Amino acid sequence: MLAAPRSVFMEITRRDFGAVFEGEGLNDSEAPLGGIYERSDGLALFAVTLGRAVSRQITDLFDSHEYAAGAMLDSTASESAELAATSVERTFVSGLDAGFEASMSFSPGYCGWHISAQKKLFETLQPVDIGITLTDTFLMQPLKSISGVIVAGRKEIFIFDDNFEFCSTCRTRTCRDRMNAIKKQV
Amino acid sequence: MDILEELSASLEAGDTAAVTRLTTEAVAQGLAPEIITGHGLVAGMNVVGQKFKAHEIFLPDVLLAARAMHAAMEILKPHLVGKQLPTAGKVVIGTVQGDLHDIGKNLVSIMLRGAGFEVIDLGKDVAPERFVDEAEKTGADAIGMSALLTTTMPMMKEVVALAKKRGLYGKTRILVGGAPLTAEYAEEIGADAYCFDGTSAVDRMREFAGG
Repeated sequence: MLAAPRSVFMEITRRDFGAVFEGEGLNDSEAPLGGIYERSDGLALFAVTLGRAVSRQITDLFDSHEYAAGAMLDSTASESAELAATSVERTFVSGLDAGFEASMSFSPGYCGWHISAQKKLFETLQPVDIGITLTDTFLMQPLKSISGVIVAGRKEIFIFDDNFEFCSTCRTRTCRDRMNAIKKQV
Repeated sequence: MDILEELSASLEAGDTAAVTRLTTEAVAQGLAPEIITGHGLVAGMNVVGQKFKAHEIFLPDVLLAARAMHAAMEILKPHLVGKQLPTAGKVVIGTVQGDLHDIGKNLVSIMLRGAGFEVIDLGKDVAPERFVDEAEKTGADAIGMSALLTTTMPMMKEVVALAKKRGLYGKTRILVGGAPLTAEYAEEIGADAYCFDGTSAVDRMREFAGG
């Protein structure tokens, strides 16, 4: 089978997550996650991977000049990894006591949370058990892997002004789309 | 429609079987490989590039055309022994050291090749010295670098610094691209161009070549 999805998650206290969030001390001076996790009702570190075979297949397709198939498999694999992460988020929040209203996941490398925080995240979660390793540049292998934190809490905590310094150069609108979805529910 | 127009149209359609057949026929008719390449293949890829830029076609359409072009070039190769195909320019390309993401870089390589550029693809996790050594050795017109991580982006600055030290800066253009990059960052590190995607890399290379 091409994709062999595996996942791991671990509930973590706000205090312990604080150390993971701080990472190597390289976060932007203001990162939205800092204000969000401190008001959360539940936190979990997570990691998911599709395994090595799919990345190998993408490389093989490009090497054999099947560029379109390679590019489409790459996009499909990225989307599948996102779906696997969503599935882990649902599993975590379904086990929480009632009281929280919404959940979102965040990954190092986005929205002011520096990618070097991967180091502490990996030390704490140990995703090596499901076959994910970290390079010196904090890159996960296999490539089609996602790690981060799942935050559960009241809807209001996920709403923030998207006028941080890094927002001006950000080309993805994921955080705004997710926030708008929650805004509609408030 | 003559055979080169037909070849160009088949390439636009990404029809590898037709491109293979027509290239073989064109060779049998005695057409020079550089004519088949320039007036048939590159002409077709140029139309593909324009349509992609105008959002008339999608990335897989471009890649199917690129596959067809590769198949045609394989047929032409034996007829090119001892001959030098005219190229639009030479680019040394790679993903910077510490970074293993190569899809974006591969797509840029494919589009540059389709536009008639000679591409020397160094792969991924490429050390700064290798970019500069290869550019120096091959007399490349440009170095193209890709990075997907904020932690690996600074390697681009090291390549620029090394190019300055070795006297290549200003002669060999430096192009950078990748998801976390911006035009401002490219300017800040002294790169000649920020390329949002493959078509912008082709456009910038053509500007540098004066075409």
